[in-house]
Amino acid sequence: MRKILLFIPLFVFLILGVFFYLQLGKDTQYMPSALIGKNVPNFKLVSLETDQVLTQADLPKRAYLINFWGTWCPACHIEHPFLVELAEQGVILVGVDYKDEKALAEQWLVEKGNPYTMILMDELGHFGVDLGVTGAPETFVVNRAGQIVYRHQGPISAENWPEIRGYLQ
Amino acid sequence: MTSLKVLFIWFVLAFSVSSMADEIIQFSSPLNKTRYQSLIEELRCPKCQNQNLADSASGIAVDLREQVHQMIENRKTDQEIIEYMVARYGEFVLYRPQQSSATFLLWYGPFILLGLGLVAFVLVLRANRRKREASL
Repeated sequence: MRKILLFIPLFVFLILGVFFYLQLGKDTQYMPSALIGKNVPNFKLVSLETDQVLTQADLPKRAYLINFWGTWCPACHIEHPFLVELAEQGVILVGVDYKDEKALAEQWLVEKGNPYTMILMDELGHFGVDLGVTGAPETFVVNRAGQIVYRHQGPISAENWPEIRGYLQ
Repeated sequence: MTSLKVLFIWFVLAFSVSSMADEIIQFSSPLNKTRYQSLIEELRCPKCQNQNLADSASGIAVDLREQVHQMIENRKTDQEIIEYMVARYGEFVLYRPQQSSATFLLWYGPFILLGLGLVAFVLVLRANRRKREASL
């Protein structure tokens, strides 16, 4: 009976070892979104293309992506061609021009193409804060019921797209 | 010699002005300023994970500091401001996590371990005393 007690440290070590081993390789920057399972927050923002005020009633009625971007954001330059490809495949993209200037954004779309079905101007970044955005690019997947089901930080690329597409339904 | 010292002091002061110009925020009362300071020290920057809002220079931290400032001036309570942040960024933004079943071990784990240690300590003491008495 006494001998078993001597093995307690070994057992504790093994349990902790397995626990810590399973934590290895996880993305330490990953942060779950607080909005998963919730509806897109209410907004009243001006459209970049038509200058009209848009609200959540104008959002697509099918599953779609909300993509935060800005001309000031280097990673958005890398992401943009892939977004154009996605749009060609029929993916619905709602763009949010985040903390940006209108003229620069318009020039960007002329030069690089416009993959978005609609673009909201979030010049002050309030809509970004409402969605818990930490920077750009950042993408939210909204399902057919209008609920946010996934959030991706950083550029979308061919590598991470299969996982994101899994949520898009 | 003193004139050199004075010159040096002016030299140093010349740099301090530009660093102060970084962010000047007006408050309607000193209490609001104190509340602002303690809130931005307790809220974590969502972008740069090991800094609070006060220390971070990232864009989102600047925005959130401004948000805290506005909410304080709009007479929101500290609790309302914290709830606002948690609703958007999750419990992640709190450097002092709220007490719940998920954070139970975090808050009380050290005391539980301390209790276990005390129990073990007493058991060993007793066993030793019994041994000593038996050998006498």
